[in-house]
Amino acid sequence: MSPIQMSPIQPNSGKPPVVSIRNLTKVYGNGFKALKGVDLDIREGEILALLGPNGAGKTTMISIVCGLVNPSGGQVTVGGHDVVRDFRATRSMIGLVPQELTTDQFETVINTVTFSRGLHGKGKNPALIEQILKDLSLWEKRDNMLRELSGGMKRRVLIAKALAHEPRILFLDEPTAGVDVTLRRDMWQVVEKLRATGVTIILTTHYIEEAEEIADRVGVINAGELLLIEDKTTLMKKLGAKQLRLELTHPLEAVPPGLESFDLKLVDDGNALVHDYASDETHGNGQGSRIAALMKALSAADVPIGDISTHQSSLEDIFVKLIGERA
Amino acid sequence: MSANTFNFEAVKSIYFFEMARMRRTLLQSVISPVITTSLYFIVFGTAIGSRIQEVGGVSYGSFITPGLIMLTLLTQCISNGSIGIYFPKFTGTIYELLSAPVAMTEVLLGYVGAAASKGLIIGLIILATASFFVDIDIAHPFMMALFLVLTAITFSLFGFIIGIWAKNFEQLNIVPMLVVPPLTFLGGSFYSIDMLPPFWQAVSHFNPVLYLVSGFRWSFYEIADVNPVVSLGMIGLFLVICLSILGWIFRTGYRLRS
Ligand SMILES: Nc1ncnc2c1ncn2[C@@H]1O[C@H](COP(=O)(O)OP(=O)(O)O)[C@@H](O)[C@H]1O
Ligand SMILES: [Mg+2]
Repeated sequence: MSPIQMSPIQPNSGKPPVVSIRNLTKVYGNGFKALKGVDLDIREGEILALLGPNGAGKTTMISIVCGLVNPSGGQVTVGGHDVVRDFRATRSMIGLVPQELTTDQFETVINTVTFSRGLHGKGKNPALIEQILKDLSLWEKRDNMLRELSGGMKRRVLIAKALAHEPRILFLDEPTAGVDVTLRRDMWQVVEKLRATGVTIILTTHYIEEAEEIADRVGVINAGELLLIEDKTTLMKKLGAKQLRLELTHPLEAVPPGLESFDLKLVDDGNALVHDYASDETHGNGQGSRIAALMKALSAADVPIGDISTHQSSLEDIFVKLIGERA
Repeated sequence: MSANTFNFEAVKSIYFFEMARMRRTLLQSVISPVITTSLYFIVFGTAIGSRIQEVGGVSYGSFITPGLIMLTLLTQCISNGSIGIYFPKFTGTIYELLSAPVAMTEVLLGYVGAAASKGLIIGLIILATASFFVDIDIAHPFMMALFLVLTAITFSLFGFIIGIWAKNFEQLNIVPMLVVPPLTFLGGSFYSIDMLPPFWQAVSHFNPVLYLVSGFRWSFYEIADVNPVVSLGMIGLFLVICLSILGWIFRTGYRLRS
């Protein structure tokens, strides 16, 4: 397998990136280096998943883009505006759903969501607020105080607050941590709907399935560094090894003659044959026929095949491998 | 909203959000100071006042009214000004203020405007309550309003600073609970300082509350412990000090942004 390509800055097809992060560093007051020079371009309209273990620096990075934390070095622009100098322009474009469930316990749902819109300098729009609350199944709860809501419901309220001012860019910081299946489904529906209207979505997660499920691109962060950023499918191709496994009806002593050229391995005390290949081989020039040739050869050699399965490595495998190589 | 204009909508949102919070806590915000003040009138004005008769030509009950209003105004403005910004810090909802396209001056206007408004409303309610117990004359209504408004703004700003500085509820309450009442009691709210021995008269001049109460009382009855112009100057000075501290806080992001 080819070594991992480091390509943090990816030129986009002509369009300037909607968020551009250059050599971003953060040293907290206690001297801790949370970000060690991150470069990242976020494309307009994409869903980007930032994957990384706890303490990787995901929240810190988002917080700098959104204005919660001051950068120590480097530059961040949103829509071409500097996040520090032109904070009004950049923050108007951004909606943030924070990682922590922070809510004003004694406020009603509708008030707190309406407040968020006003804070962003937008005039009242009850119809829009109603639509947002309905999309998030909060409309029936609009007059409830936040302290009367479950954790999942509060999470929805935070999403509604972030959407109330019609942001062009939405940051979701670990949106599904401790969230039930219904909410996850609702949330992905909302995300899909937003994406359809051109909203750029950045989410952080340490659930790999999540990134795999909805992201267009995946960035991996660890210990304050962006290890890689790649289109999800490219990433899967580049790093996603595939394995063809043949279960045998009775064990063999050795790989049967005539099959030497196929890179087969006998495993499980001779009960199975495996063939490793890169996931893009099947789509490559004539590579698909290689599998077909293998099948023919297997049949000609009279290999006692009981069952066939293939396995593609998940993002999880890739992730573990990446972090392992760095450690 | 264009790129660099004042976010008036945000100021309005914060202001009305805070005022709504007061409506919800109406009992605490309004009823309790009114009851407390009435008790003061009953105890000081009626029970003790009946022995004191007059101070500087006005009945004792009338004499203490401006001081009582000031006591409540200071306490309310500091409390409301500090809790307004402390609470989001405490619950974490401050993330929203910090990630919104608002400058800290707009945040300040919203919170301090609401705190000062509440203080003023309560002050006026106490004035109305007092008029049930004693005769109130207001010799200089314009000056009275000016003292009231300037004091409300200044001490709401002071409260805001405390709210940003405080790391827990004890620190938050230290000033309104432990500092303001003694200063008010010793600042001539219930007596004229020339009733004191000369040494304590001199000491009293280091008490900022003396200037507030004295000036405010002057606008009612034209009797004052210090020249009303000096009183006004002292409030102005305090206002400038608070604004300078806030200027520094906003420039450095002190206890707001890491
Ligand atoms: N205010 C802070 N002061 C000091 N260290 C911090 C602060 N906030 C976060 N950190 C540290 O920075 C690192 C990155 O944190 P964070 O950005 O929250 O990571 P993630 O969101 O990826 O879990 C962690 O080690 C965390 O302890
Ligand atoms: Mg985090």
